[in-house]
Amino acid sequence: MAGKRSKHEFRANTLPALLTVGPVTLVMVLLIAVPLIYVAVMSFCSIDEFYNVTFDFTLENYVRLANTDYLKIYAQSLIIAFLTTIICILIGYPFSYIIARTKSRKKRILYMLVIIPFWTNSLIRIYGWRTFLGSSGLLNALLIKLKIVSEPIEFLYKQGTTILGMVYCLIPFMILPLYTAIEKLDGSLLEASSDLGAKPVNTFIEVILPLTSGGIFSGSLMVFIPCLGYFFVSDILGGGNSDVIGNLIERQFQSGNNWPLGAALSIILIIVTLILVKIYQKLGGDMDSLGV
Amino acid sequence: MGKIVEIEGVNKIYGSNHVVRNLNLSVEEGEFLTLLGSSGCGKTTTLRMIAGFEEPTSGSIMVEGERVEDKEPFERNVNTVFQSYALFPHKTIYDNIAYGLKMKKVPKDEIKSRVLEMMDMVQLNGFEKRYPSQLSGGQKQRVAIARALINRPRVLLLDEPLGALDLKLRKQMQLELKRLQKKLNITFIYVTHDQEEALTMSDRIAVMHDGIIDQLASPAEIYEHPATKFVATFIGETNIYDGCITSITDGVATMTLENGAVTVNAPEDFSLLEYATISVRPEKMKFSTSPVEGFELVAQVKDYIYVGSVLKCVVSLPNGNELKIERLAGQELPPVGSKCYPYWNVDDAVLIHNESHYIFEALNNIKLA
Repeated sequence: MAGKRSKHEFRANTLPALLTVGPVTLVMVLLIAVPLIYVAVMSFCSIDEFYNVTFDFTLENYVRLANTDYLKIYAQSLIIAFLTTIICILIGYPFSYIIARTKSRKKRILYMLVIIPFWTNSLIRIYGWRTFLGSSGLLNALLIKLKIVSEPIEFLYKQGTTILGMVYCLIPFMILPLYTAIEKLDGSLLEASSDLGAKPVNTFIEVILPLTSGGIFSGSLMVFIPCLGYFFVSDILGGGNSDVIGNLIERQFQSGNNWPLGAALSIILIIVTLILVKIYQKLGGDMDSLGV
Repeated sequence: MGKIVEIEGVNKIYGSNHVVRNLNLSVEEGEFLTLLGSSGCGKTTTLRMIAGFEEPTSGSIMVEGERVEDKEPFERNVNTVFQSYALFPHKTIYDNIAYGLKMKKVPKDEIKSRVLEMMDMVQLNGFEKRYPSQLSGGQKQRVAIARALINRPRVLLLDEPLGALDLKLRKQMQLELKRLQKKLNITFIYVTHDQEEALTMSDRIAVMHDGIIDQLASPAEIYEHPATKFVATFIGETNIYDGCITSITDGVATMTLENGAVTVNAPEDFSLLEYATISVRPEKMKFSTSPVEGFELVAQVKDYIYVGSVLKCVVSLPNGNELKIERLAGQELPPVGSKCYPYWNVDDAVLIHNESHYIFEALNNIKLA
């Protein structure tokens, strides 16, 4: 009796579930979970004199990461990410507000202006900036032509240029959640605020900002986290003082050829990310608006 | 008692849509005035222009003798109760109600005592720390009213404030609003499409139709002496007869309809051979089993509907038009299918200028504007 029943249950519930969710789970496990575990295991391995990874448990990789040189770059990376996020908010908020609240057909055009670069490979766009800003680039040629400067200005290889590139690459991630949050804002609340005697600046502080803070939170997270890892931006545009954590990881896997150290760095980055997401959740952030 | 709101020659045009046409309206201090009309008649737009959310295309709006049409909503001494309540979802009930005072930088102690007093007045004691999402529709409505009234506006604008409530709560809130208005002696300008609500609450009603005020009068006047065919049919039930005035003697006219001649009182502004309309309320209609002097209508009894206090009779005229006649229950009646002679007391029928007459006048107004 019991056996029959469990057989029936297997046919009715377990089998369809396995057939539908099973393949997806399998793909996820193979493509995400396995590599992650592999990286985690590798971060505790050591290397021999020929730079081969040996499965020899050690904490040395993590100890090396506590080195002050590395700590400086972590701090620098956090500062770059922080400044990028702030600039993205300052530019993205007014822009999102305008596209979300205009009623005219321009709205779609403005929205597309944000989306189209988003679809284009960011590496190509960053190289575009390099040719634009370079000492024989378009901007310098123009400045010399207009006799504003006599010698080309060195725009590249500065921390500011890296931040510019980061802002440029990541601002759609700020604008999209902000746009969603601002568009959801009920116009009658703004009218009510004004009706009750609030000047526009007070309406902004009392009503608009608190009701769109969710968008600012999720936008900030979606800018801040990739910013720690976008090594190609600082590689192409930045100089020596604009490395981010992503650069360190890339170097260990490429020129450094020290995979266990790179793996340990990756694990650190993942932990930082998880902490940030956790903070976001604690602050009442909506996980759905992150797209996770 | 002076005029607190004066609207003169106001037009509002959206693209090719003329929403409010040359509107003139003055509101007395302390009165309860209702803008009544079906959707799209311009009543909400008018209210929003007084609040400052819309700018009139032309014309002037005065509040307390001061022109306001260029002022922002936060500069006007009027407050609004929104149809959707528009409560701030991230603020507690206390903070919602205190909002206006906070914006005016009233001292904290005074804010507290006034908010608590206001919450007491709308029977929301103990709800200070709740959020709007934790309240029922009726409670949200009270918060919206308290939040507006706490600023002690001279004029309170209400945009279909009871629209989202169920019938029972609506009736209760109607009485409560009226009580508050009397108690605080604030001018209420109330927008609704519900004629019963308008009749119950208002001191005066402005019936709006296609951006024009068809009639501005007391509820009784509007019901008993509708100025236009639209007003007659929009408010309550009525029987409408279109015809031509074929004789006038001593203020009593004979009007020839499709189904025969009838008699009606004709005020002086009606002339011979004018096409006009008669409106007779069902409770004023009568019918007899024998012909009545001055009335040539002959009809057939179609149906009787018993609705408690009265009996609704449906009789049909030869051209197929049905008349609604109300009789007190318990009277003897001719059987269904038999012939009857509808009539009315000459004083009970209202003669109305034909619609074309009124359209002509309206067109003239627009040209002048």
